[in-house]
Amino acid sequence: MKLPTSPPVTRRSFVVSAGVATVVPPAVALVAGSAGAAAAAAHHPAGSSPPAPASVAAPVPPAPVSSTPERPVYLFFNVAEVQFIEAACERLIPADEAGAGALAAGVPNYLDKQLGGAWGAGERLYRSGPWIQGSPSQGYQLPFTPAELFRTALRAINSELARQGPPFSELSADAQDDYLKSLAKGSHDLDGVPAAVFFDMLLKMSIEGFFSDPVYGGNRDMVAWRMIGFPGAYADYYEAIDRHGVKFERAPMSIGEDGQGHVHVHPEIPASVG
Amino acid sequence: MAQRLKEVDVVVIGVGMVGSILAKELAAAGYKVVGLERGTTRFTVPEFQSPGIHDELRFDVRKALMQDNTREPVTFRNHSSEIGLPIRRWESFLPGTGLGGSMVHWNGQTFRFQANDFELATRTRERYGKGFLDPDLTLQDWGVTYDELEPHYDRFEYLLGTSGKAGNLKGQIQPGGDPHESPRSRDYPTPPQKEHYSGALFRKAASSLGHHPFPQPSSNLSQPYTNPEGLKMNTCVFCGFCERYACEHYAKSTPQTFILPVLLANPNFELRTGCQVQRINLDSSKKRATGVTYIDNAGREFEQPASLVITCLFAINNIRMLLLSGIGKPYDPATGKGVVGRNYAYQTMSTVASFFDEDVIINPFMASGASGTMINDFAGDNFDHSGLGFIGGAFIGAVNTNGRPIQYHPTPPGTPAWGKGWKDAVIKHYNHTVMFSLHGSSVSQKQNYADLDPTYKDAWGQPLLRITFDFPKNDLKMAEYVTARGVEIGKAMGAKQVVGSPRKGPYTTQQYQTTHNTGGTVMGNDPSTSVVNRYLQSWDVPNVFVIGASAYPQNASWNPTGTLGALTYWVADALKSKYLRNPGHLVSP
Repeated sequence: MKLPTSPPVTRRSFVVSAGVATVVPPAVALVAGSAGAAAAAAHHPAGSSPPAPASVAAPVPPAPVSSTPERPVYLFFNVAEVQFIEAACERLIPADEAGAGALAAGVPNYLDKQLGGAWGAGERLYRSGPWIQGSPSQGYQLPFTPAELFRTALRAINSELARQGPPFSELSADAQDDYLKSLAKGSHDLDGVPAAVFFDMLLKMSIEGFFSDPVYGGNRDMVAWRMIGFPGAYADYYEAIDRHGVKFERAPMSIGEDGQGHVHVHPEIPASVG
Repeated sequence: MAQRLKEVDVVVIGVGMVGSILAKELAAAGYKVVGLERGTTRFTVPEFQSPGIHDELRFDVRKALMQDNTREPVTFRNHSSEIGLPIRRWESFLPGTGLGGSMVHWNGQTFRFQANDFELATRTRERYGKGFLDPDLTLQDWGVTYDELEPHYDRFEYLLGTSGKAGNLKGQIQPGGDPHESPRSRDYPTPPQKEHYSGALFRKAASSLGHHPFPQPSSNLSQPYTNPEGLKMNTCVFCGFCERYACEHYAKSTPQTFILPVLLANPNFELRTGCQVQRINLDSSKKRATGVTYIDNAGREFEQPASLVITCLFAINNIRMLLLSGIGKPYDPATGKGVVGRNYAYQTMSTVASFFDEDVIINPFMASGASGTMINDFAGDNFDHSGLGFIGGAFIGAVNTNGRPIQYHPTPPGTPAWGKGWKDAVIKHYNHTVMFSLHGSSVSQKQNYADLDPTYKDAWGQPLLRITFDFPKNDLKMAEYVTARGVEIGKAMGAKQVVGSPRKGPYTTQQYQTTHNTGGTVMGNDPSTSVVNRYLQSWDVPNVFVIGASAYPQNASWNPTGTLGALTYWVADALKSKYLRNPGHLVSP
């Protein structure tokens, strides 16, 4: 079985190392001028610092930024499904001169973790029948959970492509795009899953994986946030907000970096009842 | 078999904004009050703290703070000829659950409606003539006036510490405020929040066109504040995680910051969470409530007797509570008879996107939920509608509330939905786009209503609420008109490309618009067209009060929370000064 090539694992990923006590970059607003120092503080050569033991409270360097995608361990997708998902995600969000695409950002890994967990099992999805297909205004009305929907559609896609020739991952980029467009137009019925419904869910979840916090397994090293200039989960913009038109250059911060807790204890307000 | 509990004076169903304020007032007046909340107990510490709270996937996309739609969704259809189907995931509107209710995840946009709004039917007839309106519209006066509510608006704003700038103090127009607002007795308790760059661009452009920009009133506070209850709040730091999130800073006014600590300290009040009220119980005459029946988290059923029952739920849940309890006659769109579920309305939201060159740095992620700059020149009846073929309007504002990238990555029309073209456009425009919100009114009409679904059930086996709604033609015309005005402002800002997106039909449940569902238990002076009287007391069962945006006969051009806060204090006064001294009809039916 041929898998898409992927660089070997060289180090623990940011996501893993962020689980231990890491130092929080200065919480002050760093606007243009101090940005260089902040960026330097956040960038260390890959592999230069060993993971800090959880018991160490002393400051350790922030998580290194690595451009080498780690080989994910897929728990939900089987090998045939992975071939399609990795190749398809990379066409939806391709790597280019502007930066990483879905594969390097770990989007397939995000999809795998979501579909294999509560979301895949129908978290926050009302699942009582009867199942009647309504108008577009009424939204999703299929009995499939996301996991069932992906599994059903991917099996149908792979068997359909097997009848026609090489698997999706071996098609040219243009041919892959043509096939994805045919899914988006909804011209395929994928064993009960309308192709457009599958495609919409694949695209929506890929964008989620690209832009969500790295703790969920995508947006590795916050590549997507760096690309657009989003400072991430935590910042105090009180001083910066009325400095109009000034670029905010601080390196982004993940939920996983918030080692200080940010708990605001307010003596007037009880933390719990009774 | 339900376990019967000891009788109390008052049961409050739902401990959100309305429930916590009313319970506080009544408990302080010496009445024994039980608050029944279906969700969990939660406070700023520890529930709303980092690192977890700034998680876009969990709170924005997965909607962690919202009503549990796996157990209690609603069904929906555009027209009564269709089959209502369950909204299987929330998208268009997001009712909350848990202590503090939907206000925990609100934006903090804190408006008053205008005097005209409360007498809309009368004033529209007077100004434009009887034949002006589409005959399908069912507009009506509220039965209460702005002047009557003014002291209660004032009290609510001072409870929250709302940050803003008065535009009309006792009839004197104030520079820098909204000149269209109805007179207020004093200025806001705290000054406006700092202005974001998008607001500054909007202000300059709107002024150049002769409009009257002013800072959006915000209950994300501009400075530390101690409210009349003695509770302290902090300054908002524009963290950009406001609406759909709880605030970890004590800077967004929510029941947790402005009232709950006082309420919970009063021994006359008992909070019970995890309690799903099944119905309000009536005696054999059906004219008196005896209490409520609820099921707790462990599945145990209780009957809580009470002399007075106040339902303080989110609008659509208030409607359902009355229908499940058999209080008031359900509305029938075929005959126009009946009142419960009648005049369901919403909000007509449009947008304008202004795309700038890459040298204009917008920083959309620096935001509170309400730190906008806006105009009311095209809201309500602030402009002449003669010849326009519609009534109502919208506030237009550069209301920049966040730059959270899963949900916010604007691209111009024609951008591919995926691939390199999409990625390039997202990178190019993310930090260089100004979005306007055009927050439009919503008229009521015969065809839009809510009733009980004949098929789908909640987790307790009770029928779901079914909403039948589409945008009235009046509102789609209004959206076209105001969006054109918004585009003019975008162009005056000097944007490279300005794209107006007036709201179009059909209404879809699949795109977030607002959580401003209104109507269905409408207030008024005529029992044949209202569920509750001007004090929000049931015409049919006078020891039941129904308080929520469900009371609005139609929805105005502004966020509904400020008006709901005013109505809450209006009712609290009526209860304390009249009803509880002499229980009975406050207005003869």
